[in-house]
Amino acid sequence: MCATCGCGTDEVRVSGEAVASHDHSDGHDHGHTHEHGHDHGHAHDHDHEHPHTHVEPTDELRTHTLELETAVLAKNDELAADNRAWLSSRGIAAINLMSSPGAGKTSLLERTIRDNGPARQLSVIEGDQETVFDADRIRAAGARAVQINTGSGCHLDATMVRRGLDSLAPADGDLVVLENVGNLVCPALFDLGEAKKVVIISVTEGDDKPLKYPHMFAAADLVVVNKTDLLPYVDFDVDRCEKDARSLNPDVTWLPMSVHSGEGLDEWYGWLRGL
Amino acid sequence: MRMHELSIAESVVEAVLERTGDQHVTCVRLSVGRLSGVVPDALTFCFELATAGTALEGAELEIIQLSGRAHCRSCDQDFEKDDLILLCECGSADVDVVAGRELSVTSVEVA
Repeated sequence: MCATCGCGTDEVRVSGEAVASHDHSDGHDHGHTHEHGHDHGHAHDHDHEHPHTHVEPTDELRTHTLELETAVLAKNDELAADNRAWLSSRGIAAINLMSSPGAGKTSLLERTIRDNGPARQLSVIEGDQETVFDADRIRAAGARAVQINTGSGCHLDATMVRRGLDSLAPADGDLVVLENVGNLVCPALFDLGEAKKVVIISVTEGDDKPLKYPHMFAAADLVVVNKTDLLPYVDFDVDRCEKDARSLNPDVTWLPMSVHSGEGLDEWYGWLRGL
Repeated sequence: MRMHELSIAESVVEAVLERTGDQHVTCVRLSVGRLSGVVPDALTFCFELATAGTALEGAELEIIQLSGRAHCRSCDQDFEKDDLILLCECGSADVDVVAGRELSVTSVEVA
């Protein structure tokens, strides 16, 4: 596309003074003209005293191309790398816990804290658009928590997690859970500095979620299928769901679970202890 | 609900301003892979919001969409891939995405 006038010639890369010579061979007419105030084709000398002004192309015509080749999320990725280095230098393992709203992220954490499942101190950074409900639940279960309210934001990013870590001040060797905003779309794109990504899907949501939200399931290290105690009452094919998830992510760890009945919790605690 | 394309658009503005300072930017060119999880229409919509009041205000956004490609380790073939289902025609799922996740600012026009 022509950067000067916006017409559709994709190959044109306008640079500096060359603007004046670009040619639109498709015959359409431009309202602008490019003229210099005097002609250099003749040998006049410049020793005259009268004011003499070159009419330069107007600013809007003097655009030039600046090659950037910058990754759009470079800044977030850099901050995430800083978080990762900060965490690992303190022996802190962090997981990014993601799901749609209501899949059971906070319930799983409450149970994990009460059971002391990971056999190490656990603390939580809670991400929600509004309210401190979840941080209150985590504290009531016996762990430290800070709440990040993202306002209109639909995901945590590395900057928010940095602030959360400053406020949480986890002890060396802790397990830190970054409980993301309930959303199967946006959190998949933002590295927070975590060691592992965990996605929870509950059987009441439907078994088609991996193919509907492929980025999330492609990014996961562990998929927890929660609320398996409700399987008799819902139309959810666990095998189909696993097959679909593996079509996106062949090596993902797959863990059916019921926070309510306790199914799968031992495996979950074993996985956490391995971090 | 704010979509992630607004965050992406804000990151684009930030990445550009870091390099262009207060120069007026008239056009921003992005490469967006088809497997990047970013929807060009949504990004274009958010770009206008994200640039308001900055040196990029009014700038055009040109998005080049890049196809996805994958490599199958079983049959050693490369193939086009515009979704994230990692299955080769040979039946193998031992497949690596080698292109299509790009999300970068390639160049800008500054005045």
